[in-house]
Amino acid sequence: MKHRLTPQQYGILLTVMLTAAVGDTLLSHGMAQVGAVNLHHLGLLFVALKNLWVVAGILCLIGFFATYLTALSWADLTFVLPATSFSYVVVAVISHFWLHEHISVMRWAGILLIVGGVGFVSQGPALTEHPAPPSEPRSVDDKDLNDEPVRRVAAPVERHTPRTVREVRS
Amino acid sequence: MTSFNSVHLWTSIVVVAVCAVTGDVLTARAMRRVGDLDQIRAVAGLPGAIRAVFAEPNFTFGIAAMTLSFFSLLYALAPPAPVSLIAPATASLTYIGNAFVARTFLHENVDKRRWFSVLLVCIGIFLIAG
Repeated sequence: MKHRLTPQQYGILLTVMLTAAVGDTLLSHGMAQVGAVNLHHLGLLFVALKNLWVVAGILCLIGFFATYLTALSWADLTFVLPATSFSYVVVAVISHFWLHEHISVMRWAGILLIVGGVGFVSQGPALTEHPAPPSEPRSVDDKDLNDEPVRRVAAPVERHTPRTVREVRS
Repeated sequence: MTSFNSVHLWTSIVVVAVCAVTGDVLTARAMRRVGDLDQIRAVAGLPGAIRAVFAEPNFTFGIAAMTLSFFSLLYALAPPAPVSLIAPATASLTYIGNAFVARTFLHENVDKRRWFSVLLVCIGIFLIAG
């Protein structure tokens, strides 16, 4: 059976995309106000922590990481990464409308390709279903305490009887 | 660009991508072992879920690898490095590397659909960053 996501899980994936994109944009806006940080001016990093945009960006990215981990707990890595790459598109759109950056035709083409990639992967199963390890067939003599119906197996009893049971019988 | 610079550039790109893939895969493995966080949170609350995540050793190693990837990216991006090449190249290599490693290490079923979406996203990243 293919593993499909619930609406709540789709909401978590959407939150991963939005928090990543908004967090990056807020950090970018805040760091532009703080100024260039280099090895000789590392103290500026502490100044950056007083900038509200930077703090808001960090909070968004903490939210991103929490939702990203949640998504990884019920979906494959190779599903979550392409599915959340839509954040690149959100960053481009926010940059265009908020930071007034120009989006060229090539960038629009890139956006379309990423949307296509997200659409492709989201149509498939989110989680790889691994078959359960084969359980050891039980013989007629191996009744358990729950009195469940016991299946008769075609193979010889001794071959499938656990070693501890054989020792008790002998 | 001299051959030394080119080697230096691509070495730093590969180092960033390898660290990022290691971090992603270890974190994903940790979360697989922890189980569904939504269910854990429903039973043990948010503190219980946080404890479960931090108790998983793979998570610690994954965070360490991600930190290493972050700082190696900062090093790789130091001027006069071509940001428009390094950013999409590391992101794309990380996507492709994750698909390979997740298939072998996490035993994920990386079918044609997933490969195709990884390919589309990689080309898209190059076009956006270009």
